[in-house]
Amino acid sequence: MSTNIVLCGVGGQGTVLASKLVAAAAMNKGFEVKSAETIGMAQKGGSVMSHLRIGEDALTPMIGTGEADLIIGFEPSETVRMLPFLKKGGAIITSDRAVMPVTAALKGSSYKGSDMTDYLKSLKDIGKLVIVDTETAVREVGSSKAMNMILLGAASRAGLLGDITHEDIIEAMKRKVKPQFVEMNIRALEFVRL
Amino acid sequence: MHKEFMMGNEAIAMGAVAAGVNLVAGYPGTPSTEVLETVAKYNDGSIYVEWSVNEKAAMEVAAGAAYSGARTLVTMKQVGLNVASDPLMSLEYVGVKGGMVILVADDPGPISSQTEQDTRTFAMYSKVPCFDPSSAQEAYEMMIEAYEYSEKYNTPVFFRPTTRVCHAYASVEVKDENEFYTNRPEGFVKDSSRWVIFPKLSNRNHALIEKRNRELSDVFSDYARNAFLKGNTRKGIAANGISFAHAMETIKGSEEQPNILKVATPFPFPEKLAVEFLKANNEVLCIEELDPVIERELTYICGKYHLDTKIRGKLTDDVALSGENSRDDVTRYISSFMGWETGSTEADTTVPELPVRPPVLCAGCPHRASFYAVKQAMKGRETIFAGDIGCYTLGNAMPLDMVDTCLCMGAGVNIAQGVGRIKPDTKCFSFVGDSTFFASAITGAVNAVYNQSETTIVILDNSTTAMTGHQPHPGTGRTMMGEINAKIDIEAVLRGVGVEVVERIDPLRLDEAVKKVKETADKPGVKAIIFESPCAMLFKPERPMCVGDNCIDCRKCIKEIGCPGLIIRDNKVVVDDSLCNGCGLCSQICPVGAIKASEGK
Repeated sequence: MSTNIVLCGVGGQGTVLASKLVAAAAMNKGFEVKSAETIGMAQKGGSVMSHLRIGEDALTPMIGTGEADLIIGFEPSETVRMLPFLKKGGAIITSDRAVMPVTAALKGSSYKGSDMTDYLKSLKDIGKLVIVDTETAVREVGSSKAMNMILLGAASRAGLLGDITHEDIIEAMKRKVKPQFVEMNIRALEFVRL
Repeated sequence: MHKEFMMGNEAIAMGAVAAGVNLVAGYPGTPSTEVLETVAKYNDGSIYVEWSVNEKAAMEVAAGAAYSGARTLVTMKQVGLNVASDPLMSLEYVGVKGGMVILVADDPGPISSQTEQDTRTFAMYSKVPCFDPSSAQEAYEMMIEAYEYSEKYNTPVFFRPTTRVCHAYASVEVKDENEFYTNRPEGFVKDSSRWVIFPKLSNRNHALIEKRNRELSDVFSDYARNAFLKGNTRKGIAANGISFAHAMETIKGSEEQPNILKVATPFPFPEKLAVEFLKANNEVLCIEELDPVIERELTYICGKYHLDTKIRGKLTDDVALSGENSRDDVTRYISSFMGWETGSTEADTTVPELPVRPPVLCAGCPHRASFYAVKQAMKGRETIFAGDIGCYTLGNAMPLDMVDTCLCMGAGVNIAQGVGRIKPDTKCFSFVGDSTFFASAITGAVNAVYNQSETTIVILDNSTTAMTGHQPHPGTGRTMMGEINAKIDIEAVLRGVGVEVVERIDPLRLDEAVKKVKETADKPGVKAIIFESPCAMLFKPERPMCVGDNCIDCRKCIKEIGCPGLIIRDNKVVVDDSLCNGCGLCSQICPVGAIKASEGK
């Protein structure tokens, strides 16, 4: 059976890089990988998602309703938006930091990240729910661009990436990023202690 | 052979490289852009690669090279094909010597396009054979085959993936460099009976093309990428591209297996294979996006061969008439067709209301300042703001609301002229980006001067082709071969075609910009304003702005310009440091001077 992962967030948050890293780690272990990304106009502040499927029996890059083993959400309302993809007993790793769309600011109708995370906590049929205080995490890791590694590390440390281990992710990261950023990225990957 | 994780577009590009492509020309457009970029990135200098000024130029450059025996690739998105259709329609009559593949990426949805047009239909119209891949792996291999067919039959061929094939990633088995084909073009050989299109040639070749396409229909019936996969029922599914991949996923493991017809060459249609498939079924469901191409062909073949197989799809409202086919759509269509039960899913009514996220101009985007300056300058006046294709189409969003029309590349300049002809007291503005200006707005400027319009042409010059990912263009001087040439100066072009009033304005100096716009727009005849400020993505952010304690919470900044860098947190306006690039437009709008550059960073 394939492992199906949905990564979601707002354009510019770094979902694509995280998805590529998991794919590279899976390829290094000899697995077949398929994925699909949002590219184009929607990237400009819109909702973006990556579908990632690991395993021989994935015939298409897209994940269907109720098929995802894991959702990695970079923004709490985007995590909620992607819930229909999650299978019963599936896992969620999400940032709690809301990104306000311009429309919300204009109408004065800003929503709270906690409304979203409270809803997630109220759900039954969730195998595992990890809510990460990414604002604190990013500050402590020391880079505003580290959110993707922080969330990905949480997923791999929790063993939620199927056959891909935490060590596999670290290996793949070392191969992808410039040497001067390796140490910071390891700090990010190790940040969430479960 | 070895495996690489690549995007569909990368697989297409590397397929062309493996096939020995000599020249690649294109114009950027989602979802096609990465094809040419991948060839350029891989290029060791032996392949000539260019971003052409538009798709028509790309098609013609590639045609010339293909006349000379080169293997060529032209890349564009589906609407780009409309621009390139003039040379294409004639080129099919003339034919080519070297293999020529026209990569046109279709965009069901549409996700980032104006239309849901179908290049398969265009293939039928132009009589150009068409290849339609269903995955990145297939795209790679099919690209190599497309060159062989093109060369064998001396015709350009279409290669037509859709967004979900272009932008999907997969582990693709690719050739090693020593397995690549090398094509050594002999150069152009003069033969006016072959390369000069005249009625006599067109008449002769028209008949030959029709016969060749009949022959190709037979050849494609045996082409392994068109496939009849036998099931164990009298029901069949005909599909192509990503819909085929989704369908295979849906039927995987089910006891009842429909027969499958996979169509990889929608034109010429593999008729013999289709007859065999139709005879095995009482009923067939066609699952395809955009036009019902397969459905019409199967319906036609049923008539021609007196088959009583019932054909269903878009024309019978069994499949949606527009939009892309999601996994769930395909599963729903097949389940209903096969009479399979589907698990009912009850909508969760306790889901909190989710924010809508329409795409917006980036924080610090200079277009926001340009639009705002014109808006302020024209307050209270009767105006038309004709927009165009690019990031700046997003100037339509509230609160800017500065795009009244948008049609196609370069149209705005002429649309504004048309509006002005009907109501001459309207102040007519058109907004066009620098890349779009070169692609297709220059003729509009000439038209305005020649016909003495009252209009202001606003060029939003951010020194790049931003929407598609920062490709160079004639105004940047950089080419895809890495050369840096003289920049083509927009002001000189405008003055050269007779625009006498041309103002260069920095949009981020708001008061001055508003004043200059007013002065310029009130002059008679054709005027041009060039707003010069680089794309916010192209340089390192300056110090972000911050909101001081003297903020009176009037929220004018948010209401006037709607920058994503200004947000409301705990009921106060604050600057989102991670987005703000310190352009300072908001600080020029704040009535009490509460927004300032932050101290160091």
